[in-house]
Amino acid sequence: MSDRRVFRTAIVPGPPRPDTFGKIRAWWGGWPIGQLAFLAALAFLGWLFVSNVLGTMARVGILPGFGFLSSSANFEIGESAIAFRAGDTYLRAITAGLINTLKVSLLGCVLATILGVVIGVAGLSRNLLLSGLVRWFIEITRNTPLLLQLFFWMALAKALPAPRQAPALFDAIFLTNRGVFIPSLSLEGAPFGILAVFALAGALGGALLLALRLSGRLTRGTGIAAVVLPIAAILILLAFSGARPVAQVPALAGFNIRGGLNLSPEFAALLTGLVVKFSALIAEIVRAGIQSVGAGQWEAARALGLHDGQIIRLVVLPQALRVITPLTTSSYLDLTKDSSLAVAIGFPDLVSIINTTANTTGQSMEALIILIGAFLTINLALSALMNVYNNRVALRGSSR
Amino acid sequence: MTIASPRLVQTLRTGLFGTRANTLITVATLLLLSQILPPLFRWAVLDATFVGDATACTREGACWAFVTAKLRFILFAFYPTELIWRPALVILLLAAILTASALPRFWGRPLLVAWPITILACWLLMQGTFTSTPIASNQWGGLPMTLFVWAVCFAAATPIAMLLALARRSTLGGIRTFSVLYIELMRGTPMVGILYVAMLILPMALPDALSLDKMLRAIVMITLFWAAYIAEVIRAGLQAIPTGQREAATALGLGYWRTQRLVILPQAFRIVIPGMVNLAIGFLLATSLLAVIGIFDLLNAARASAADPQWLGFYNEAYLVVAILYFVICFGASRYSRWLEKRLASGGKHS
Repeated sequence: MSDRRVFRTAIVPGPPRPDTFGKIRAWWGGWPIGQLAFLAALAFLGWLFVSNVLGTMARVGILPGFGFLSSSANFEIGESAIAFRAGDTYLRAITAGLINTLKVSLLGCVLATILGVVIGVAGLSRNLLLSGLVRWFIEITRNTPLLLQLFFWMALAKALPAPRQAPALFDAIFLTNRGVFIPSLSLEGAPFGILAVFALAGALGGALLLALRLSGRLTRGTGIAAVVLPIAAILILLAFSGARPVAQVPALAGFNIRGGLNLSPEFAALLTGLVVKFSALIAEIVRAGIQSVGAGQWEAARALGLHDGQIIRLVVLPQALRVITPLTTSSYLDLTKDSSLAVAIGFPDLVSIINTTANTTGQSMEALIILIGAFLTINLALSALMNVYNNRVALRGSSR
Repeated sequence: MTIASPRLVQTLRTGLFGTRANTLITVATLLLLSQILPPLFRWAVLDATFVGDATACTREGACWAFVTAKLRFILFAFYPTELIWRPALVILLLAAILTASALPRFWGRPLLVAWPITILACWLLMQGTFTSTPIASNQWGGLPMTLFVWAVCFAAATPIAMLLALARRSTLGGIRTFSVLYIELMRGTPMVGILYVAMLILPMALPDALSLDKMLRAIVMITLFWAAYIAEVIRAGLQAIPTGQREAATALGLGYWRTQRLVILPQAFRIVIPGMVNLAIGFLLATSLLAVIGIFDLLNAARASAADPQWLGFYNEAYLVVAILYFVICFGASRYSRWLEKRLASGGKHS
C-alpha cells in the first residue's frame, strides 16, 4: 500500500500532447508549401482536362451528367440475368452487364480455385509423367496471352457440332455450337418467399457457426448441429409448401436441346478461358505454398504419430495457407479485371455494355466513370473480404 | 545419351512405376494423352497441307500453306512491302537492346543512355523517315508494333514508377496520399478500361493543338497504367532496404535525393529486377489487348490474316503461330528471370 506513494512523487509532466492541428501538420510533413503547389498544379491539370471534355461535349451538343441513365437504350443484350429488352433504360442495361461480370467472375474464381488446387497438388506428385504434364500445362497457359486463349476457346465453341450431332457426356452434358447444356436444379412451384427463406436459413446457420466459433464452443457436435438444423428447417418448410426441387436434364428435342441450363458459347468460352488461365496461376501458388512448409514439419508430424490426412489438415495447410491466401487474393482480383476481355469475344459484360453505351449516347466520360467506379468497388470489396480471411489465417498461425 | 542410362532408367522406373498408386497414375495419364495426342498429330502432320493455296487445304488437317503465305502479314501487318526491312530492323534493334539489358555485364550508365536512343531510332525507322512518304502509325502492325509499344511503355513507365514508389514511402503527407490514390486507382481498373479512356476521353481532354493519333494515345495511357504496377514492385524493394542505410547516408551529410540515388535505389533495384522481369512478361502478354481498340498488334494481325477472303477461316493456324511466338519470348524470359534470381541471390557482389 505504501509503495504507491513512491510512484506518485515520480510523476513529471511529459511533452504536451499534440492537438489536432499539430497532428495534421506532422502527417503533412515537411515542404508544406511545395506540396500544396504540386497538388494545386495537378488539380489545375485535371480541371483543364475536364473543362476540355465539357467543351467538346457542348460543341457536339451532349448534355454532361448522368441523366442519360434513365433514357431508353435501343440495343439488345445477348444474355442477361435480369429481363432486358431494347427500349429499357441504360441503367438497367448497365446493371445487366454488371451482373454478367459478377457472375462470370464469381464462377471463375470458384472453379479456378478448385481446378488450381487439383493441378497444384498433381504437380507435386512424385509421378514424373503427371508432374511433367502439369509443368507443361502451366508453362503454356502462363506464357500465352489470355486474349489469345479466349479467341481459341471461342473458335472451339463455334466449331462444336450442331445440337443434333453433339455428343453427350454421361447423357447429361451437351457441347454444341449453340452453347453448353448442363443439368439444372430448380424449385418448381416455389413462391418467391421460399428463396428468401433459403437465404435466411443460410445466414442463420452461418451466424450460428460464427457465434460458436467466437465463443470457443465450436466442437464437432455443435458444428454439425449448426449446419443440419437450418437444412432440416428448409426441408420441413419445403415439404409443407408443396414446392419441390426439380432436376432438369437437357435432352435432344427436334433440332435443339431442351431442358437444363444453357450456357451461351461466349459465356462458356470466357469462363473456360478464365478458369484455365487462372487455375494455372493458382496451381503455381498452391505448389509454392505447400513447398514453403519444410520437410522437417512432415517428419516431425509423422514422429508424433499423425497420419497423412492429419498432417495435411493440421500441420501443412495452416502454414501453407499463410503463403497462399494473399497471393490467391491478387489472382482473384486479376481474374475479375480480366473478365473485361469479354468485350473482345462478344459476351455482354459490364465493359462491353459501357462501350455500347458510350458509343450510342456519346456520354463516354460518364460511362467510363461508372466502369472504373464499379471495378474499384468490386476490387476493394473483394480485397477487404480476403483480408478478413487472411487475418484469420495469419492470426491462427501466430497465436498457437 | 547412353552415358546416364542406368541412372535414367532407375529414375524413370521409380518415377513412373514406383508404387501401385504411381503406376495407376501413369496408366491414367497415358490414357488421357492417348485421347488427345493422336488426333492432334493427325491434324498437325498427317492430314495437314504444307504447300499450295487455300483450295488445296482440307478442313480435317492443318493448313501450313496458309502460314507460309501469310507469315509476312502476321509479322508486319499493313506495313508497305517494299519497306519491310525497316520494321525488321526495329525487331533486331529491340532484340539487341533487350539482350544487352538482360546481361548483368552491360548494366550501367551507357545502357540507360542507349535505351532512349534505341527507342528514338525505332520510332524514326517505323515512321519512314528519309523516305518520300511518311508511314502513319495506322499502317504499323504485327510483331514490331507489339514490341515497340511494349518497350516504349515499359521504359517510360519505370522512371514514373520510381517517383511514385518514393512518393508512397515519403514523409510528405500530401504527396504520399496522391501516390496511394493514383496507384490504387490504376491497379483497380482493368486495362481494357484504360484503353477506352485512351480511345474515348483523351481526344476530348487534350487541347486541339495537341492531337495524338490512336497509337500514341494508347502508349500514353498504358505508360501511366503500368507505372502503378511497377511502382508497387519497386516499393517492395525499397521496403527491403534496412533503415540503417538511410541513417548512415544522412550521417554522411547526403541529402534526400543523393541518398536515394547513390544508396537506396541501386540496392533496391538489384532486389526488384527479377520481379520487374516477371512484370515485363505479363505486360508483353497484355499488349495483346491493343486488339480491343483496333490496333494491329501481333494477335490482331493474326486474326486479320485469317479474315483474308482468299484464306478465310484458318484461325487455328494463325493463332498457333502467334502462340508459339509469344511462348518462345515469354518462356525464355521467365527462364532468364529464374537464372538471374539465382545469380543475384548467390553472387550479388559484382557492380
